[in-house]
Amino acid sequence: MKQLTRIFLLIFIASFALIYLVNMLNRSEGYAGNNTITIYNWGDYIDPELIERFEEESGLKVIYQTFDSNEAMMTKIKQGGTTFDISIPSEYAIEKMKDENLLLPIDHSKVPNLQYIDQRFLDLSFDEGNEYSIPYFWGTVGVVYHPDLVGDLTFDSWDDLWDEQLKNNIFLLDGAREVIGMGLNSLGYSLNDTNEEHLQEALQKLSTLTPNVKAIVGDEIKMLMAGEEAAAALVWSGDAAEIMWENEALEYIVPSEGSNLWFDNMVIPSTARNIDGAHQFINFMLDPEVAAQNTEYVGYSTPNAAALELLDEEISGDERFYPDEELTARLEVYENLGPRMLSHYNDLFLEFKMHRK
Amino acid sequence: MEARTRTIYLIPYFMWLVLFVVAPILLIVYYSFFNVEGQFTFANYEKFFTPVYMKMTLSSFWYALLITFFSLAVAYPTAYLLTKTKHKALWLLLIILPSWINLLLKAYAFIGIFGTYGIVNALFEVVGIGNQQILFTDFSFVFVSVYIFIPFMILPIYNALEKMNPSLIYAARDLGASSWVTFRKVIFPLTLDGVKAGCIAVFIPALSLFMLTRLIAGNRVITLGTAIEQHFLVTEDWGMGATIAVFLIIIMALVMGLLGLRKRGLDLVKR
Repeated sequence: MKQLTRIFLLIFIASFALIYLVNMLNRSEGYAGNNTITIYNWGDYIDPELIERFEEESGLKVIYQTFDSNEAMMTKIKQGGTTFDISIPSEYAIEKMKDENLLLPIDHSKVPNLQYIDQRFLDLSFDEGNEYSIPYFWGTVGVVYHPDLVGDLTFDSWDDLWDEQLKNNIFLLDGAREVIGMGLNSLGYSLNDTNEEHLQEALQKLSTLTPNVKAIVGDEIKMLMAGEEAAAALVWSGDAAEIMWENEALEYIVPSEGSNLWFDNMVIPSTARNIDGAHQFINFMLDPEVAAQNTEYVGYSTPNAAALELLDEEISGDERFYPDEELTARLEVYENLGPRMLSHYNDLFLEFKMHRK
Repeated sequence: MEARTRTIYLIPYFMWLVLFVVAPILLIVYYSFFNVEGQFTFANYEKFFTPVYMKMTLSSFWYALLITFFSLAVAYPTAYLLTKTKHKALWLLLIILPSWINLLLKAYAFIGIFGTYGIVNALFEVVGIGNQQILFTDFSFVFVSVYIFIPFMILPIYNALEKMNPSLIYAARDLGASSWVTFRKVIFPLTLDGVKAGCIAVFIPALSLFMLTRLIAGNRVITLGTAIEQHFLVTEDWGMGATIAVFLIIIMALVMGLLGLRKRGLDLVKR
C-alpha cells in the first residue's frame, strides 16, 4: 500500500514538472497570449519558408497543424477544443460550415490584397460576396495517364476509361462525389444531379467500368501512379501535379464532357482568438510575390492574377492546370446536396465498390 | 471490515466498466435510432437488411473466416514447435516483435513488396513465372491480414501447450497410441481452449478491418468496418454507422456464445 502511494505521488509530481517544463519552453519560444496564430491546413499545402517570413514580418508566432479531410477538420472545429485562427476548407465544406455558424465574417478593409484575385474566382455561389472565405488555390478533377501504356487513348472523353485496353489498369480516387460525378459527367448529366433515374443510370454505367478498375485508393494514389502501377487514374489536378513532378512521363487531362472545379479557400473559424492576426495572414498570402512563391512550391493553380503574371510561362501557360475559357465553362462546382443526398451518393458508391470482377 | 475494503477496491474497476464499456455501447444503440437529419427512426435497421449491406456482412464474414482459418493453420504448428525449442523466450520475442511496429507502416511496406515492380515480382521474373498482379487481390489481403494477426493466434495456443501436463503424453505413448492418435486424442483436445481464444482474438478484429481493405485490397474487399468508417467520417451519417456497429456487436456476442468461451476460456486471452 505504502509503495502504491509512493508511486502515485511520484507520477503526480512528474506530471506537474512536465506541465511546467512545457510552459517554460513555450514561453522561451515566444508562444504566449496574443502573439500566436494557429493555422489549420492540409498537409504539405504551404511553402514552409513563407511561414517563417510571415513570422518575421508580423512578429507573430505561427502554430501549424494539419488535417487530411474536410470532414475531419470540421469535426475538430465543431468540438471547439483547440483555437484555430485560420483554416483552408474546400468549397462544399465552406457552405456547410457557414450553415452551422462555424465561420467568422472577413473584414475586407483589412485584406486590401484581395484586389489581386482574378474576378472569376470571387463572389461564387458557395460564398456570395466572399463574406467568409478568400480563395487560396483551385483545381479540377481529371485523368492522369502514362502515354506509353494506353495505346491511342487520349482521354479527351471520359469514355476512354471504359476502353478494353485498360483492363485491370486504372485507379480511382476514393471519393463518392468524384466517382459518381464522373459517371454522371460521362453520360452528359450534371455532377450535382439528384434525379434518381440519372443516378441509377450512372451507377449502371459505372458497374461496367469494374473490370478496368485495379483499385480504389486514397492518398497512396500519388505514390502508386508515380511508380507506374497502373496506366491511368482519376485524380484531383493537385495530386496530378505532384505525380507529374515525381514522374515526368505522365500526362494530365480534363475530359471534354466536363468535370469538377474545386476551390480551397482561407477562412476564419469561429474558434479563432487572434482575429487580427488571421486577417494579417490572409492578406500576406494574397501578396502577389508570396502567392507566386507558394504556387511554385505547392504546384496547384493559383487564383491570384497578379501572381500568375509573376510566374514562369511554363507554369502559367500550362493548359492542363490553367484550362482555357471554353473548357472552364463546362466545369462545375460541387453544390452542397444536403446530408440526405450525400448519404445516398455514398450508398451508391458503396454499391459500386461491391461489384466483383 | 475486510469485505468493505474489498468493495472499495472494486469501485475503480466498476467506474471503468461503466464509463468505457457500458456507456459507449448504450450510446451506439442510441445513435442507431436517428437518421442524418437527427430524427428518430427505424430506417437504419431496415436499410441494414437491404441486399447491399447483407452482401457486405456476408463478405466480411467470409474474409474473417478465411483469415482465422489460415492463421490457425500456420499458428498451431508454429506454437507446437515453439514448445520444443531450446530458447523459447527468444523465439517468442521474435514472433511478438513485428507487432511492435505500427500497422500502417507494415501495410505500406507490403505495397512496396507486392507491387508490380516489387521484390516478389522481381523474384517471379527470375524464376520464370513472369509478372503477376499480387497487390489489390484477395490473396494479398488475406496474406497481409494473417501476417498481422498471427501473434494473437500463436500466444494462446502456445500457453495452452505449455500448460499441458507432459505425463499425459507419456501415458498415451505407454498405452500404445501412435503420435497421430496422441495428437488427435490427447494434445489437441487439451489445447482446445487456447485455439478458441486465438480464434476469437483473430476473428473479431478481422470482421471490422478497414485500413487494409483500402491499402492492400484497393477497396476490392468491402467489410463492415469500411462502411462504418465511411458513415462516420464522410457522410456523417452516424446513425447508419452506429447501426452497423450494433450488428457487429450482436455478431461478436453470438460468435463468443457459440464457442462457449464465456466461462472458462476468456482468461487465456488475457494471459
